[in-house]
Amino acid sequence: MTDTRFPTPERIPIEDHPFFHGFDAGFLHRVGAAAEERTFAADEFLFHEGTPARAFYLVQEGKVALEIGAGGGPPLTIQTIGAREVIGWSWLVPPHRWRFDARALKPTRLHSIDAAALRAAIDADPLQGYRLLRRLVPVLAERLEMARLQVLDVHRR
Amino acid sequence: MSTVDSAVPAGGVPPNPWLPRPFRVEERVAETGDTVTLCLRPEDGTAPPPFAPGQFNMVYRFGVGEVAVSISGDPARPEELRHTVRAAGKISESLAGAAPGETVGVRGPYGTGWPMERLAGRDVVVVAGGLGLPPLRPALLEILAHRERYGRLEVIYGARSPPDLVYYDEVQTWRRRSDLRIQVTVDAAGREWYGDVGLVTARLPDARFDPPRTGALLCGPEIMMRLTARALEQAGVPADRIFLSMERNMKCGIGSCGHCQFGQSFVCRDGPVFPYSALRDRLDRREI
Repeated sequence: MTDTRFPTPERIPIEDHPFFHGFDAGFLHRVGAAAEERTFAADEFLFHEGTPARAFYLVQEGKVALEIGAGGGPPLTIQTIGAREVIGWSWLVPPHRWRFDARALKPTRLHSIDAAALRAAIDADPLQGYRLLRRLVPVLAERLEMARLQVLDVHRR
Repeated sequence: MSTVDSAVPAGGVPPNPWLPRPFRVEERVAETGDTVTLCLRPEDGTAPPPFAPGQFNMVYRFGVGEVAVSISGDPARPEELRHTVRAAGKISESLAGAAPGETVGVRGPYGTGWPMERLAGRDVVVVAGGLGLPPLRPALLEILAHRERYGRLEVIYGARSPPDLVYYDEVQTWRRRSDLRIQVTVDAAGREWYGDVGLVTARLPDARFDPPRTGALLCGPEIMMRLTARALEQAGVPADRIFLSMERNMKCGIGSCGHCQFGQSFVCRDGPVFPYSALRDRLDRREI
């Protein structure tokens, strides 16, 4: 594992990531305190399908592929996620297990937010939690639209 | 086959639009597993008619049938007529199988082209999906040949999978240029692909353009164009400066038969290029 965890004596400034623009300072402070910076080398996995989803990732730089097993065949990349985007909602939805593999396609730097702490922050501040969900739903909608077009196989029609 | 041309009366009488002109296949380039580019020259040695980027020809495989195919060549070099064809049906399959030396018929060029004059002085966003790139290639070559006339040039090219990308070498050449940015994305890929996977619309935030002074050219699957046009308009690109190349079942090419009717328009005569502002309502209606 070349995964590097940097000591985080100060909280991570998560508000620098577009996903957290405009949140209340108290919420950002609480969530930022539960974040750490992590780096992954090319081809290194962030997580595997079925394993506990213990983090929400804010991509700072690099690129990550979401992969699914293709019925015994080689894995299939169904989406790539780059800088200023986020990875994962499995941390929010029980049973909190990843639904994909995630593999860095090139050296990648992320802010990893502890999922339990983030859920607690949302529960403690429903207004900020609602704001977070409003940011997360378009991410889900885009992935749903992507899946729909993949099913339609529009380039073959 | 030269008797076809000799049958066309001289002396100012318009040529018969139904008569295909014989062209010889000079070269056949395999682009993907089912897509080829045919380079054609008139058999009588004369020059093919000039064309505007975005126009199409009716290409005839004698004894099989005729199909509308966009012109994918360089408008500055109309003597090299190029058509990229995917073997998707009986006629296109036969056409894609045409070998060098064989003869095909060509009528055209037909249709409205990309409105290049409306892009002058503006940033240009070009979004192609799958075989939407060939109809856009002449516009790209035109812009690159007169680069000073245009602002920033952003190209987003999406395909089903990496092996389905056409013009791969040329796209790599474009990628090395400093005067355009190109993003390539696919719907799904294996581990050998280190590029982007996702919708072309997901690449728009990474494109650099000034929406109010941008013109956009879109060609690809209709649902892709619809989503992209919506996203561009939402970003601030005026709807009357987002242009889509529509595909319908074109038969005559001259607005006579009605096969390509699209609401109040015939795609072959009034299109294939339309501004999004004129199409928006029709694109959202399943019956049209």
